[in-house]
Amino acid sequence: MDIISVQNLKKSFEGEGVKTNALCGVTLNIKKGEFVSIMGPSGSGKSTLLQILGFLDRHTKGEYFFEGKKIDEYSDEELAKIRNEKMGFIFQTFNLLQRYSVFDNVKLPLLYSSVDEKKWNDLVFGAIDAVGLSHRIQHSPSRLSGGERQRVAIARALVNNPDVVFADEPTGNLDSKNGEQVMKLISDLNKKGHTVVLVTHETYTANYAERIITLQDGKITSDIKNKNQVKDTKLFKK
Amino acid sequence: MKLKHNIKTAYLGVTTHKGRSFLTLLGIVIGIASIMVIISIGKGAETLILNQINSMGADTIVVRPGKEPKGPTDIADTLFADSLKARDISFLKNKSNVPYLEKIAPVVVIPGSVSYAGETYRPQIFGWSAEFMEEMFSVYPQEGYIFGESEIKEKASVAVIGSKVKKELFGESNAVGRYIKIKNRKFRVVGVLAPRGQVAFFNPDETVVVPYTTAQNYLLGIDYFHEIMIKTKGPEFVDRTVQDIKDTLRESHNITNPDKDDFFVVTQKGLVKQVSSIMNALTVFLSSVVAVALVVGGVGVMNIMLVSVTERTREIGLRKALGATKKDILVQFLIEAILLTVVGGVIGMLFGAFLSFLIGYVLKNVMLLDWVFVFPLSAAILGFFVSAFLGLLFGIYPAKQASEKSPMEALRYE
Repeated sequence: MDIISVQNLKKSFEGEGVKTNALCGVTLNIKKGEFVSIMGPSGSGKSTLLQILGFLDRHTKGEYFFEGKKIDEYSDEELAKIRNEKMGFIFQTFNLLQRYSVFDNVKLPLLYSSVDEKKWNDLVFGAIDAVGLSHRIQHSPSRLSGGERQRVAIARALVNNPDVVFADEPTGNLDSKNGEQVMKLISDLNKKGHTVVLVTHETYTANYAERIITLQDGKITSDIKNKNQVKDTKLFKK
Repeated sequence: MKLKHNIKTAYLGVTTHKGRSFLTLLGIVIGIASIMVIISIGKGAETLILNQINSMGADTIVVRPGKEPKGPTDIADTLFADSLKARDISFLKNKSNVPYLEKIAPVVVIPGSVSYAGETYRPQIFGWSAEFMEEMFSVYPQEGYIFGESEIKEKASVAVIGSKVKKELFGESNAVGRYIKIKNRKFRVVGVLAPRGQVAFFNPDETVVVPYTTAQNYLLGIDYFHEIMIKTKGPEFVDRTVQDIKDTLRESHNITNPDKDDFFVVTQKGLVKQVSSIMNALTVFLSSVVAVALVVGGVGVMNIMLVSVTERTREIGLRKALGATKKDILVQFLIEAILLTVVGGVIGMLFGAFLSFLIGYVLKNVMLLDWVFVFPLSAAILGFFVSAFLGLLFGIYPAKQASEKSPMEALRYE
């Protein structure tokens, strides 16, 4: 079953009288549990596509179905609810709140959820444990390394047990060793049943996905099954 | 998001920049503290003045020359009015004119000082009837006696002095029988009053009383009085007696149009009303000045909240990405603004109460006024709600700005 389905999706921006077409008719379907990488050079529209798929922005034309439902008529409040319950986000710049501890950063999505407050602690501890940062739970993000920060962001993305995880250049600010750790964690999420949509311009990172979509100038130029998918994703042995 | 999490989030937001938050809420602190001080001091002053008026006695009427003063400059005018004379006293004493009059005594105010053996002191000096004063204000001689009608008739050069005047001029030695000088005229001290403290606008301890006839003839060279004090047969006769006094004096002064009265009558009841309305007007005026200060403080809060919203644009984007709705963001920033102003309000309340207490302490112990510290509970409650309202009023615009941000644009903000 397709969790995401877009038909002839278009997005244009207008500024100072100049119209820029970021997406020029994108059609794609993503199945539940799939791991998809979206690749392309800078300005190809891959981040814009990810933001529209993650309800962070709205498309200009075309149709978008999420879990079979057309989202065009949803209000901002309804989209926020779906984002909270079914989506998780991992950003290139981590986007952690510096004045919050690791625990409080991971707890953030739960603040806006309908999950019973009594379960929050278990969920947060579980998510932090899954990324191997239990020993850092009360630390401030400023005391963590880049890799650790991104692992906190991953814990935050999975704390509400989302159906889809959107990752926008998750290894962009990390060295190769930390990048590998993060990608193994993301692959692990996919193995546990979460659909993962990853945007990257690095082939090595994209290779963790089972399917690679390439964008150029706002259009899909290729959509292929990845024969070189990285299979070894063992990271934390319990 | 639940309120307790909103409050925790707001607390973290406010405490991240402690110095900035403190400076921001300083305007609110000053405003609310001012409200507390104004109301506390206003109430204290009102109580003090009302107590003094009450100690004047509910059965007392004061007649003053000139037109009824409506403002401070009019009060000065009454000092130079000369419409009340000896003839009026005889008219008022006439039982058929003012049947419920029990006692009457004119008063003249003598500016200047008293001296004895090179020591000079500036008390309040009245030409009065010491007997009347004794009866009206329950002041009794500690030494000697209180002069009466015969000394007044004889225009005798005798004086009754207050306990503080005695101490300043004579120290521990005896004063009765000695001569003090007022305006170069010698007065024999016949009595020293026991310490009494402040009563009805004057302090007997710091007063010198001489017969009003003596004062008129030998000290001031005038034939009129500065006021006439009248005691009625009971408080229930005050209203009737006021009317009788007005009728009698109008007849005596040939006045047909009451608007042209050259005298006015003051009663305890009237004074209480007057003082209350003056205090209320003063409180309203000062409160409106404070309101301006609070608005300025509120604009300061709005300014800082706008800065905070801009600084935290990415945080707003992140929260929205994680599921926060517009309402969640609006409430978060609104609570932050309210928290700022309410904390400012509470500090202002404590500071204001402390300041009011301190002022009250100085007035009581240094200026020896019969001051009662009033904790302005109504001002505290008012202050709390005013500060919360200010947060709401000046927080709504920045909070709305925050809530309207698109998550994608907010996340991209550098």
